[in-house]
Amino acid sequence: MAASKKSRNVMRSLLVEIPVYAGLVTVYFFLVLHFLGGWLKEIFDSNKLIYAIVALVLIIGQGVVLETLTTWLLNFVRPRNR
Amino acid sequence: MDFLISGEHINPVYLVAVGFIVGVMGGFFGVGGSFLAGPALFAFGVPMNFVVGTDLAHIVGKSIVATKKHRALGNVDMKLAAMMILPTIAGAESGAQLIQFLKRRANVDFVVGMGFITVLLSITVFMAWESWRTLKMHRAQDTKRKGAGQAVILLKAGKDASAFSHIAKTIHKFHLPPMVSLPTAGVASISLWVIVAVSFVGGFFSGFLGGGAGYIRMPAMVYLLGVPTHVAVGTDLFEIMISASYGTFTHALKGNVDIMLALVMHTGAAIGAQIGAIGTEFFHGARIRLAFVPLPLIGAGIIIYGLVTGHHH
Repeated sequence: MAASKKSRNVMRSLLVEIPVYAGLVTVYFFLVLHFLGGWLKEIFDSNKLIYAIVALVLIIGQGVVLETLTTWLLNFVRPRNR
Repeated sequence: MDFLISGEHINPVYLVAVGFIVGVMGGFFGVGGSFLAGPALFAFGVPMNFVVGTDLAHIVGKSIVATKKHRALGNVDMKLAAMMILPTIAGAESGAQLIQFLKRRANVDFVVGMGFITVLLSITVFMAWESWRTLKMHRAQDTKRKGAGQAVILLKAGKDASAFSHIAKTIHKFHLPPMVSLPTAGVASISLWVIVAVSFVGGFFSGFLGGGAGYIRMPAMVYLLGVPTHVAVGTDLFEIMISASYGTFTHALKGNVDIMLALVMHTGAAIGAQIGAIGTEFFHGARIRLAFVPLPLIGAGIIIYGLVTGHHH
């Protein structure tokens, strides 16, 4: 019973979290990623070492930011389901 | 959307969807998801050298999310993970160098594709056999104990056993110093060299086939090192985070990473990884391993499709 209740709570949280997250990612996608392409291509062609560092910083940075965002969303959503 | 670095035109929605699916799998199974993401990129028309490097880059971002989640759940053996870092990096560099060699010989797509298929099919067959035998063993024990009047639930979450645990026990008897203990994983004593060998092989496949090679390392930790599945999943993700970061850097230096592709895929993977990690709380080890079985098969199918139809450059 407890496991079933826990599953239901998790499912409800995720059902709210996913659309909110999708909206935020769509905004980020069009505002940020759309304009990065040309700049990254220039670095890729001119200096591979700088490109490698920038690539790693970008993906780690995005990982940390999105992790913080998803954790915040989960905490934001869960109290409303209790 | 045009991805200028790899020169491909791909609908970003597909990339986000693939990222989401491999994110869920990564969080749940402790794998990078390259067995699916790699073949999917290949099927979208991305050249194989970019598939390998880009897949590694998107895995870096995703594994940060999943590792943090698993660490909070107590599923990461930091001591084991620390011992695996250097041999994994050495293996990853060896694999990346082999890719460079094959790139010069211009048959990289075929060799890497065939390597992928062989590895994925082998893992599928072995894990299907093992988890089926383990579940059968559980059922037999359950019936026996119930017959003796004991009310037991063996298949509850957290109770982990394998029909092949004798392999790990035999390996634990291999006394080549230095011997180490892994309290979090429940391993009393094991030769450091076994851990080094498992890590190196995992790293090699990571550098050669792309991804974090969790499809090799996670089963190897369970069957060879004797680590419980939940801890293997969490520790493997930590390892993937380190090795994929190194792999991304070295492949980017060699011009094999389209970071824009990786960033777009990762937006889907980040949320998927959270969902997958939460999912491990509801299943026990053998069922997680059995659910894993069809996944490498899907990856192998996509690679075969790409090679047969020539839907790549």
